[in-house]
Amino acid sequence: MPNFETVEVTTDLLIIGGGMAACGAAVEVSHWAKKHGLKVVLVDKAAMDRSGAVAQGLSAINLYLGLRDNENTVMDYVEYVKNDLMGVARDDLVYNIARHVDSTVHLFEKWGLPIWPKSEDDPFRVGPYQRGGRWQVMINGESYKIIVAEAAKNALNDCGAEIYERVFIVEPLLDGNRIAGAVGFSVREEKFYVFRAKAVLCAMGGCVGVFRPRSSGEGLGRSWYPPFSTGSSAYFTIKAGAEMTCQEVRFIPVRFKDAYGPVGAWFLLFKSTATNAFGEVYMQTNAAELDKWGKYAKVKPMPANLRNWLGMIDVSAGKGPIYMQTAEAIQRLAAKYEGDEKAFKKKMKHLEAEAWEDFLDMTISQALLWAACNIEPEKKESEIAAAEPYFIGSHSGASGAWVSGPEDVAPPEYFWGYANLTTVDGLFAAGDASGASSHKFSSGSHAEGRIAGKAACKYLVDKNPDLPNVDPAEIEALKERILRPFKVYEEHKDFSTAEEVNPYYIFPKQYKFRIQKLMDEYAGGWGSNFTTSKHLLEKGMEYLQMLKEDSEKLAARDLNELMRCWENIHRTWVAEAHMRTILFREETRWPGYYFRADFPSIDEENWEVFVNTKYDPKTGEWEVFKKDIIRL
Amino acid sequence: MPTFVMAEKCDGCKGQDKTACMYICPNDLMVLDKERMKAYNRAPDECWECLCCVKICPQQAMDFRGYQDFVPMGASCVPLRGSQDIMWTVKFRNGTVKRFKFPIRTTEEGSAVPDGGYGVGADDINAIELFTEPASLGADVPSPKK
Repeated sequence: MPNFETVEVTTDLLIIGGGMAACGAAVEVSHWAKKHGLKVVLVDKAAMDRSGAVAQGLSAINLYLGLRDNENTVMDYVEYVKNDLMGVARDDLVYNIARHVDSTVHLFEKWGLPIWPKSEDDPFRVGPYQRGGRWQVMINGESYKIIVAEAAKNALNDCGAEIYERVFIVEPLLDGNRIAGAVGFSVREEKFYVFRAKAVLCAMGGCVGVFRPRSSGEGLGRSWYPPFSTGSSAYFTIKAGAEMTCQEVRFIPVRFKDAYGPVGAWFLLFKSTATNAFGEVYMQTNAAELDKWGKYAKVKPMPANLRNWLGMIDVSAGKGPIYMQTAEAIQRLAAKYEGDEKAFKKKMKHLEAEAWEDFLDMTISQALLWAACNIEPEKKESEIAAAEPYFIGSHSGASGAWVSGPEDVAPPEYFWGYANLTTVDGLFAAGDASGASSHKFSSGSHAEGRIAGKAACKYLVDKNPDLPNVDPAEIEALKERILRPFKVYEEHKDFSTAEEVNPYYIFPKQYKFRIQKLMDEYAGGWGSNFTTSKHLLEKGMEYLQMLKEDSEKLAARDLNELMRCWENIHRTWVAEAHMRTILFREETRWPGYYFRADFPSIDEENWEVFVNTKYDPKTGEWEVFKKDIIRL
Repeated sequence: MPTFVMAEKCDGCKGQDKTACMYICPNDLMVLDKERMKAYNRAPDECWECLCCVKICPQQAMDFRGYQDFVPMGASCVPLRGSQDIMWTVKFRNGTVKRFKFPIRTTEEGSAVPDGGYGVGADDINAIELFTEPASLGADVPSPKK
């Protein structure tokens, strides 16, 4: 039985996470902390250089407005995001991110991120960069995260901050309705960490692995969003008692089949079309379906979930496989050079490199899958498919904490003192941790981290609060509970001759399969054609409660397995919040994300609202309720 | 495909307390077997194939092999990451080989200055401007109340 030392760290501001939002916070906070004499601590479960969803790299920055060159206005973007989410978005939050995001992108460029200069092929050609679409700029992004982390670490070092890597945060600490810090453990040595803080910024990413993946063996780790985004943000804010929003707004990415290579550049930059097996463009042949989805079906570009839906109709009708017509697109782009053999060859070579870089920068698995299937994109089409559901408030999903907007933008109902403050005093959220502000992506998450970081410093300067109280007995109880999987294993391991099968405990791997199977079958995963209903959800909730009870019997043999135990408990709470919320919303608003078979239509009159949830840490009760959408 | 370590090439990062692959893996999958002084991927079915370990390995002792539940065998995709560029060698199942080279950064490693050279703006904690704004934005920060 391991013997854990307790390490207590005291700080003014605690940043939890090491991804884009946390790195944005680090850069911003360092300036204000140095100026106002604040102590800052950042804690990350991985190594900041390759932590978070951008670990592998990216081939584009999906959000850059070009305010400097009058390419777009902030309100253009607010309009786009609202429509893409079928009306469910906080205009004030989107506005705030959009007005600062270019600043962040310009910093990335100065720090050394190669952004493609504009070319002749750029359909926009206004600003200095190559656009991949209206909001995208193309990058050579293999080292995107390393560069962003470097600036963050340099900033933290400059203000005397402390960085703790490989420490996994499990639970929030509370002092009444005030955040008091966080507890967790090192995944490398036997140390239990107690971080006591006057303010906390939560930026621990989204959630992957709640639903059954399409892969069945070794490929289980090949999720679209990374497998190490395990719902820690949502768990942390829910358990702190923060109001949450859009827990029903999951995201289903349609990507290159199996390895989940990106499709954005193919659709937007290469102008490729997607067809069914008969060569029919489902966006056109199924267009009549759109009439069912009200005003949002008429906006351009069509909301992502409706594009998904039109493709899913063909899959259900047995018209698959669905293909990205890559060869056709490349040939079309090179066509204008035909007749000049040298120029044509050069163009083809260039397009080929761009196509491969798109994968090699961010989804290397897809490059390998193409090579393994002898697919050369300029010669042969490639399959696309809808993946399993993800929780990602920074992309086309919207789940996260309900946070205050900025004072000069938010209506009074959406403003309570400090931008990105949750409903828990002193607890801020950014990136995938904050909700109803979709389409911030990597750059917007960094910008939002900066916004939240500055607001947290302002909170500390304005209030100059005392260090919150924490009951030592509560810390001891938390330590015992967090380390319990070791005890469970030690107590029972000798009962059976093969440790994998033992009636007294469950290892996190089997526990994860149990969440995934039940969510897939009852909450509308890919195996249920993304369809669910009241009866299915209620049955699923029954099984989920049993799973929660069984979480007490999770067993761990080492620190890595202890982390897996807690990651899966975090996922369980994301699953519960999701089921409670889709059960509450009696309509189908995002048919390409999930379909309520018992309420198969959009219901603008009753459901053009946010659905929010709140868990009471004192009573263990959940509330689910409507909240008005107030437009700018 | 999950990453793997080539036994002959791995030197366990010469017995330091942690290997480069252990340091970098965002999913905490790499482990050093101290008896053999070789690292290994402890959970191939949790591997995202981000290749952070392959790219950082000082001995080039790591590679990846396609997930066997859906990837046909025989292809490979090998990176060689330098300080300014990355080179890729992609080998197809049918033997075709393609090579690509892409830039990865435009500045010296370690040189990222937090303010990007834009300096400090209004320096007012109560203002809407972030500390490098408006210079880093290249425009006044929009506000509906302006």
